[in-house]
Amino acid sequence: MPKITYIDCEGTARTVEGEIGATVMETAIKNGIPGIDAECGGACACATCHVYVEETWRAVAGEPSPMEEDMLDFGYDVKPNSRLSCQIKISAELDGLVVRTPERQG
Amino acid sequence: MTEVIKTDVLIIGAGPCGLFAVFELGLLDMKAHVIDILDKIGGQCAELYPEKPIYDIPGVPYVTGQGICDALLAQIKPFGATFHLQEMAETIERIGDPLFRVTTDRGKVFEVKVIVIAAGGGSFQPKRPPIPGIEAYETSSVFYSVRQMEAFRDKRLLIVGGGDSALDWTINLAPVAQHLTLLHRRSDFRAAPDSVNKMMALVGEGRIDFVLGQVSSIEGEAGQIAKAIVKRNDGSHFEIACDALLPFFGLTMKLGPVANWGMEMKDGEYVLVDTAAFESSMPGIFAIGDINWYPGKLKLILSGFHEGALMAQKAYHYVYPGKRLVFQYTTSSTSLQKKLGVAARA
Repeated sequence: MPKITYIDCEGTARTVEGEIGATVMETAIKNGIPGIDAECGGACACATCHVYVEETWRAVAGEPSPMEEDMLDFGYDVKPNSRLSCQIKISAELDGLVVRTPERQG
Repeated sequence: MTEVIKTDVLIIGAGPCGLFAVFELGLLDMKAHVIDILDKIGGQCAELYPEKPIYDIPGVPYVTGQGICDALLAQIKPFGATFHLQEMAETIERIGDPLFRVTTDRGKVFEVKVIVIAAGGGSFQPKRPPIPGIEAYETSSVFYSVRQMEAFRDKRLLIVGGGDSALDWTINLAPVAQHLTLLHRRSDFRAAPDSVNKMMALVGEGRIDFVLGQVSSIEGEAGQIAKAIVKRNDGSHFEIACDALLPFFGLTMKLGPVANWGMEMKDGEYVLVDTAAFESSMPGIFAIGDINWYPGKLKLILSGFHEGALMAQKAYHYVYPGKRLVFQYTTSSTSLQKKLGVAARA
């Protein structure tokens, strides 16, 4: 199972195993990773599962869709490497993915 | 002179559950008025998920959020419910057994025998942007809506956002303001292309500024904003001096006045109801849909439909005390079909 690492705003890293096809958000919630709220439950209808994708993983993780960009307008401190983690589906290629969670969600 | 509207039932919330409640109440000869804070009918479905798919409405393999609202509106058309949009129920007073006087934030008064709270996640209110310390400036120099344009005359305005609200108010307030800056995170907008074009034309004429960036903090004194510190995408900062900040960051749901009406609540968030009729701890006040709680509760539209059906059975006894309620099927009952305006099919 692909490994996903979440680094919080203090620098603490937590690595968990994700399932192929699950989202980075679902994996965080399932494993009690702090810093991701997911208020809308993964429907791309809020901006509280916001993460920063490590530069080295940006190409594989991909860029936000237009719908995702619309929701990122409501995010806190959105950066060029920002994504909504409910829109990143875990694949074998994402084994080792590293994301950082922002200081606050909304 | 206060407008007093007397009817059988007041339904708070015009989402799918509130809409279907009109149907169930109507079958049993109860007239309803429906109130909602939004400027449209359909609640969360119309506001948050209009284009998104729903696969679990019984008998409907696929429908969009807007689609189910449109279908419900067609279904309840025979009952001619009156809708009061952009209005919120604020206070309730029990004046009879049961009889309620409900006052809205626009000063309207309803006198009804039954109240059905179908408020979903709460009233839609403007979302507070993620700017640290912004609360200290709210209502003095930070505004999430515009009630009177004149209040902004000759002021230096900073409008933040990329949706229809931000663009519309930029266009409307440009002639009134001393100076107006529109700030958005990116050069793409969610707003209607026509609005974006109008805004760009104003920029071209030198009447407003459009700037890229995000507000990272605001500075001011005693609630009066002096400037916004803005972060560019490259991480550098600059300042925008302003007298008022208008951030348009979408809508969020807040429980609102419902929490203060004296009904027993679960976790301060949900109205506790029984499962026989989904009545709250206050006789005559029912709660259906996402706003209620009972053991086993699921926040599904289909649950809200079921809750509405049972609610109507008990509501009947409040509206027509002493009258016998005969359970009928729409398939076979001529009287129900007459109410629905459908010709009897052989």
